[in-house]
Amino acid sequence: MDHFPTNWGRPRNDAWDPYATYPIHQRPNNAPKDAFADGVQRTQQPIVTGTSVLAIKFKDGVMMAADNLASYGSLARFRDIQRLHPVGNHTVLGAGGDMSDFQYLQMILDELMVDEFAAADGHALGPAEIHNYLSEVMYARRSKMNPLWNSLLVGGFKDGKSFLSYVDLLGTTYSASTLATGYGAYIAQPLLRRAVEGREHELTADQARKILEDSMRVLFYRDARSLDQYQLATITKDGVEITESRKLETTWDFAEGIRGYGAQTQ
Amino acid sequence: MAQQRQFNPYSNNGGTILAIAGSTFSVIAGDTRQTEGYNIQTRYAPKVFRLTDKAVLATNGFAADGNQFVKKVRQRLEWYRHAHSKEMPIRAIARLIQTMLYGRRFFPYYVYNILGGIEEDGSGAVYSFDPVGSYERETCRAAGAAQSLVQPFLDNQIYFKNQTPPPGQSFPAHLPLPTVLELVIDSFTSATERHIEVGDGLEMYIVLARDSGLQGLDGFQGVTEMGATPEGEKLFVLRRNLKRD
Repeated sequence: MDHFPTNWGRPRNDAWDPYATYPIHQRPNNAPKDAFADGVQRTQQPIVTGTSVLAIKFKDGVMMAADNLASYGSLARFRDIQRLHPVGNHTVLGAGGDMSDFQYLQMILDELMVDEFAAADGHALGPAEIHNYLSEVMYARRSKMNPLWNSLLVGGFKDGKSFLSYVDLLGTTYSASTLATGYGAYIAQPLLRRAVEGREHELTADQARKILEDSMRVLFYRDARSLDQYQLATITKDGVEITESRKLETTWDFAEGIRGYGAQTQ
Repeated sequence: MAQQRQFNPYSNNGGTILAIAGSTFSVIAGDTRQTEGYNIQTRYAPKVFRLTDKAVLATNGFAADGNQFVKKVRQRLEWYRHAHSKEMPIRAIARLIQTMLYGRRFFPYYVYNILGGIEEDGSGAVYSFDPVGSYERETCRAAGAAQSLVQPFLDNQIYFKNQTPPPGQSFPAHLPLPTVLELVIDSFTSATERHIEVGDGLEMYIVLARDSGLQGLDGFQGVTEMGATPEGEKLFVLRRNLKRD
């Protein structure tokens, strides 16, 4: 996954990269463009963006983390944005990419949950249903060439089963015991896999929390579009719990010893 | 100036699929890795799908299109079942798939399909498709990321291309099931070695014709029966691990 949301969905050149192995996937297209040419505007690029979302399975359910930053390009524009959204009592939706598209999705899902509640048929939508619904919405929008510019994680716990799946602006879906979007797919995913794969049914909530916190810290050190304020969502048989935003503990004293980048005189 | 559309609705999710027909069986296989660029998205995303108890479809290319396409094919097969109180025969499924693919000629499903199963006459069948619906019945076909690695191997080992039989002998037209399964496993272990988008797991669906016994399938560890038709065709799945690096 390309970590630059501005590059998502742009064409790759099959002529010189038939197996998609060229290391630099896509670059921004700076060709002249007229957004008003046919009077209808569609999302061509994300504007206010969120970066990575991380999620893992553990013994009692699923845990998800995302920071509180919504960037405007390289500007850290909004520093108190919630990117984890509860849907019903069994599901959490985490979003990277365009924040206005994400807030539109929240509205759609909240309406859906109200409709389902009003039906009062004794059934509640679980994470699998929410994810399938979202994948259909995302795929339909990409098929209209008018995508919702997000990569989403859906985590949940219902009827004794953990659920964790991904869906993005193309309608691509997949599940795994560890998932990461955006820059996290490069930096956090290997760390998460090493910590979690094969131990999904042993990890306690405390261990899971530590794994995610450590990964969020690495991301804050390395991802220029990230923030040291983040939230954690835990979904278990007891329902959804999303923490208040919390701050990462970081150390920077090693910076004293770094030479060769700044304006040092020696 | 016309507005430039920069949004690319397609992606490539790697992986490889493969199907081989015998005289009384059909093997349809695919790896389970799903990738995008250099990332492994997941180690288990099935690309091979049971359509009926004697027809199996493997899809490769853009995963979102693939899943959506399989969903629509299954829906059409269900309607057929309700209308005619029987399963659609495989040659009809093949034509259905061609019509559905060509229906999207100007916004194609970016998916290479391989359909395997048992024909009404009891013979093993493999149909392969391009994204816009061109199709033909074949004995074996590989598609996807490692197509260029696997297909030449199959041409040599299944069709005996570039081989000359010993004097007075000829090559068999169809190989027995155990030989074919070993070839499939070897194809995927080799593709895993040399292609970064192939690996993690191998899923092989095996369809056996009616009254044809187990054909040596009992000699393989970990075979699971997935279903059987009233006429006697049997469907099995066999899973193997592939390297995860």
